[in-house]
Amino acid sequence: MPRHLAEAITARIDPGVAPDGAPRPTLSLAHVHRIARETGTHVRQVELAALHAGVTPERYLRNRQTYDIPDQIRLLEARAAVVGLGGLGGTVIEILARAGVGALVLIDGDRFEAHNLNRQLLCTEAYMGTSKATIAAQRVAAINDAVQATTHTTFLTEENARDLIAECQVVVDCLDTIETRFIVEQAAREAGIPMISAAVAGLTGHVTTIFPGDRGLEMVHGPRHHLKSAKGAEAVLGNLPQTVVMAAAMECSEALKVLTCRTGPSLRNKLWIMDLTDNTFEVLSLV
Amino acid sequence: MTETPPTIDLRLFATFASRSPANASRYPIASGMTVAQVIDTLEIPAAEVKLIFINGVRVQPDAQVHGGERVGLFPPVGGG
Repeated sequence: MPRHLAEAITARIDPGVAPDGAPRPTLSLAHVHRIARETGTHVRQVELAALHAGVTPERYLRNRQTYDIPDQIRLLEARAAVVGLGGLGGTVIEILARAGVGALVLIDGDRFEAHNLNRQLLCTEAYMGTSKATIAAQRVAAINDAVQATTHTTFLTEENARDLIAECQVVVDCLDTIETRFIVEQAAREAGIPMISAAVAGLTGHVTTIFPGDRGLEMVHGPRHHLKSAKGAEAVLGNLPQTVVMAAAMECSEALKVLTCRTGPSLRNKLWIMDLTDNTFEVLSLV
Repeated sequence: MTETPPTIDLRLFATFASRSPANASRYPIASGMTVAQVIDTLEIPAAEVKLIFINGVRVQPDAQVHGGERVGLFPPVGGG
């Protein structure tokens, strides 16, 4: 760490106290920004320098009991791809940015339409016809300027998938067609990284976590070559805000486990299902 | 005295929910029936069933039920 950065941080530490009474040195958001300006350092580098000095940036204080300093460093140094920035993706970026995942690759070639307003948190009346990826990047910047957002206003295809997710540690599948999910899975497999996948229809949804080498999506959607239609039950039942937000939150829970190297229970080879008609929540075994 | 036939607790998800019989939680079966045969009795086209679970574990359509199982059926789900 450059000396001037270390000195600037040390001079501005707030002693702070953890819920259990232990000391918890923190750095306020205003000080993070001031130090970044004064030293010409990116906000993320200031936060990382603080964390390496045992100091928690104030914005992560309420995560701190679950994500300790080494976890927060892992998150800030991580790169995650979010494929699809509609209902699922719009919520996923909100959570990952607030958790402080340091780099987000935002992929969607679509633009907002009025029928997105019911569930897509990024979609507002003012953004009709506007690129979803562009608005997603604006939202990330507004939430957490430590996070570097890379925007791809293009759809993921067989041709570009590998390049789009390069250098990422996890890919979060937030797509709305079944076929493209298999393209993401193949690219993640080749890149050797895990993928979190969610799908919803009406009040029903499911989420799974797939590591390279797992049978993955074919356990959920059947073999790719058997796919009859790009769409599922959602073509009839539509997509509801409460369902997509819950599924997206579960995806983030899994993505954050991957990025913080948690070894406990996950949705690997399992399928979390929900049905809000009768409040069914269950983890099913896929193997 | 006639014996009570075995039953299963049938859970039909998403578009299948509308075909859920009134007695779904105690749906009568013949012991040893396959899930494929159960699906036939529900008049759901086999090709529409993407995922089958018995007692929380994914199985193939030829898996048998004997009574007392929880059986879940999903159509393809792909929205976001």
